[in-house]
Amino acid sequence: MSDIVHLTVDGKAIEAPPGTLLINAVKRAGIEIPAFCYYDGLKLQAACRMCLVEVEKTPKLQVACTLPVAEGMVVHTDTPTVHEARKGMVEFLLTNHPLDCPVCDKGGECELQDMTFRYGFGESRFLEQKQHIDEKQWSAVVYFDRPRCINCYRCIRVCDEGMGLTALGITNRGVLAEIIPNEHDHLNCDECGMCIDICPVGALTSGMYRYKTRPWEMKHVGTICTHCSNGCKTTLGVRNDEIIRGNNRDRSGLNGEFLCIKGRYAFDFTHHAERLQSPLVRRNGKLEAASWSEALAEVAKNWTAIKQRGGRFGVIGSTRTTNEENFFLQKFARQVLGTNNIDHHRSGDVPTLLDALSGRTDALATTADFYERKAVLIVGADLSQEQPFLAWQVRANVRHHNAHIYVATPGPVREDRVAAASVRYQEGGELASLENLREKLRAEPELVVAFGDAIQGDAVRQLVNFGDSLGVPVKYVALLDYSNSRGALDMGLLPHLGPGYHAVDTPGMSLAAMLADESLDALWVVGANPLGRHVLAASKPFVVVQDLFLTDTAEHAAVVFPAASAYEKSGTVTNLCGEVQRLEAAIKVAGTKPDLEIFGLLAREMGANLGIWQASKIFEEIRGSVRGYNIPLPILTTGGAAQTAALNGHVPAPPRAERIQAAHNTLFTSGSLGQFSRTLQVVLEAPGALYQGR
Amino acid sequence: MTFSPALEARFAKLLTIYPEGRQRSAVVPMLMYAQDEVGCVTRELVEEVARRCGVQPMQVDEVIGYYSMLHTKPLGKYHIQVCTNISCLLTGGEELYEHAKKTLGIGNKEVTPDGLFSLEEVECMGACSWAPAVEVNYDFHHHVTCEKLDRLIEDLRKLK
Ligand code: SF4
Ligand code: SF4
Ligand code: SF4
Ligand code: FES
Ligand code: FES
Repeated sequence: MSDIVHLTVDGKAIEAPPGTLLINAVKRAGIEIPAFCYYDGLKLQAACRMCLVEVEKTPKLQVACTLPVAEGMVVHTDTPTVHEARKGMVEFLLTNHPLDCPVCDKGGECELQDMTFRYGFGESRFLEQKQHIDEKQWSAVVYFDRPRCINCYRCIRVCDEGMGLTALGITNRGVLAEIIPNEHDHLNCDECGMCIDICPVGALTSGMYRYKTRPWEMKHVGTICTHCSNGCKTTLGVRNDEIIRGNNRDRSGLNGEFLCIKGRYAFDFTHHAERLQSPLVRRNGKLEAASWSEALAEVAKNWTAIKQRGGRFGVIGSTRTTNEENFFLQKFARQVLGTNNIDHHRSGDVPTLLDALSGRTDALATTADFYERKAVLIVGADLSQEQPFLAWQVRANVRHHNAHIYVATPGPVREDRVAAASVRYQEGGELASLENLREKLRAEPELVVAFGDAIQGDAVRQLVNFGDSLGVPVKYVALLDYSNSRGALDMGLLPHLGPGYHAVDTPGMSLAAMLADESLDALWVVGANPLGRHVLAASKPFVVVQDLFLTDTAEHAAVVFPAASAYEKSGTVTNLCGEVQRLEAAIKVAGTKPDLEIFGLLAREMGANLGIWQASKIFEEIRGSVRGYNIPLPILTTGGAAQTAALNGHVPAPPRAERIQAAHNTLFTSGSLGQFSRTLQVVLEAPGALYQGR
Repeated sequence: MTFSPALEARFAKLLTIYPEGRQRSAVVPMLMYAQDEVGCVTRELVEEVARRCGVQPMQVDEVIGYYSMLHTKPLGKYHIQVCTNISCLLTGGEELYEHAKKTLGIGNKEVTPDGLFSLEEVECMGACSWAPAVEVNYDFHHHVTCEKLDRLIEDLRKLK
């Protein structure tokens, strides 16, 4: 068979590889064949018949969404017969449709509306009583309005194939056909909203967005989800400084159209009633609202005094603040406060991995590798719960490329469903369990290895040795917690390593050591809640906190600054695979300031000169000075993701090995932020469970 | 869930007659055979068939919703199916159905208190040439009239 097929469509000569579906082949010639049920990446359905075309030498109209191109095929998409067929299909779809566009959420971006406008009749000959079925609520997230449904099966397929859940189905036939949820009258699922956004009409709507606004009344801001380390782009719909929805229908980020419940709906913490909107200063033992100048002066006064008497500082950075902020913070700590006591909540052993892979190129996996590589090994992670986008990539890889997935976990996980082999281990038996997979892995042409916090320190080196011993190209990724966990490491929020993993002269105290240090004089916590899990040993340290909410840690503070969230600032973040992306400020919450600005104001107040505190300027500095970050700017400015380069050189281990403990968030938790998202609180499935295999 | 040896044998055979990877094709016949033995399609049966055919329970639910001959509630010992589709309608199927309702004292998909009869209004059964047609369990009755139907019901009642 030749590797190119020639056909003629509407008189134009078209070439396409064999196997190409007609509906896709014509796009090259700028011809559109309308479709409802056809959906790129999902199985073929051929349910709606909107894509009918005329093919010469075939008596009946043909369905372009399932018809592969053939040599010499002559197709007509613009004939009276085809127009008639399309009109007929639209009229048919509208027979029981309520035509309630003026109140429907989808109005303005509805595919049925657009198709009716472009290809429809303009009037209906259907005079009978329309069949009505009342709207149903299936969960806090998903509502179903049967009369608007056009039975395209997209929702069913995206949940089954994309999410690997099969939580939606269809029952009955003909006009009675109806989408049903897995628990008969309600849903028990990931609540991701994929089905809602993929619905071409307004049949599936979300509890967060429904009846709130019209699409054209919002401005749409593409930024990066703050909830996990996968780095999905979420396009926030904003009206009157309020985020009303999140989606990624334009497939603009590395995540394509994927978002889990957190990226799509858990933006609602931004306008939670408990949001801090004014600085707080402790007076007579109580935290009271204060002006910015009072609060800044209070901190500067105390820090200066502590510094002058040679007191001990501790700085704990955030896993959700930007690279620019992290870079500036460590500079502040090291240059102004004169301490290397700086750390953050570490969730994966990236430094050891980078050291073990030093000098190698092509050994660090990208998020795309999870979709493209022929085999993936997951060690010690419930991917569907903890790393939702990577899990989506893995499922798509199996569907589209027959990739082989290997799983080594303590309990059953959803990935077992698509795995070529799964092994279970007891804690400590992680590496040993891999021996049972050795023969199979050796037979793979290439491999991506993703590992959780069960593999750290020396085990990382042993894992890399294991990978090397397979004799196939292997790429690695250490799984992490939050949107900028990786950036916190890369930017040197570490006591023994500065930006780019360069050793510092005298390593400072780790997070655990700072909290355990009885003679700590000052603790500065930015966007973290260490006292939610640990106690502070020092009896009277001067505690400064920057956060969105009055966390357990903030309750102990002398001064609290109200910080802006990731959705309210610009800058860059780095996902777990080292892919750098840009944040775009969507809203402004009155009374708050981005952490970077707070750092800058504090520096100025202390009379220190750390340079201009503008994200773009600091990013220039990062590009010029941090190893791996000399990435092409155009990729970033056009909203893309640029992977940082691998390291070449030794990364020193911490002076004292400490256990890294990831947060192990599920789909419905997000560290200390989750409790402030109404969405994450109201779904019945919350908080979700790891290693359940569902 | 376990079935009679005969049914188990049937299932085992079913799983071999479809091409490798198409075992889901066995869902409908399995449900049909099992429904006769179990009495109706129970939740347990749905899950069992899903497991055996390698599909999700939801996908078995879809099949049940689609095919009217799969029942999730127990039927009477004699399940009387009256066709009211076009050929039968033109030859008195509708009257026949109304008559059956009156005679048995039950409505569509209902069961008589003694559990002997159930009634269902069905679509074309492919017996148009002999319309109006009635099916009792798996037996067809052709050119049925109200009198013939009464006699049929009486005979069945005597049979028990
Ligand atoms: S919300 Fe997500 S998991 Fe739930 S039914 Fe829809 S697609 Fe499936
Ligand atoms: S609910 Fe929406 S996506 Fe699902 S079948 Fe109906 S129209 Fe299609
Ligand atoms: S997978 Fe992670 S980054 Fe993506 S939407 Fe979910 S929480 Fe956000
Ligand atoms: S797009 Fe071809 S049948 Fe629906
Ligand atoms: S219409 Fe009754 S059997 Fe065909």
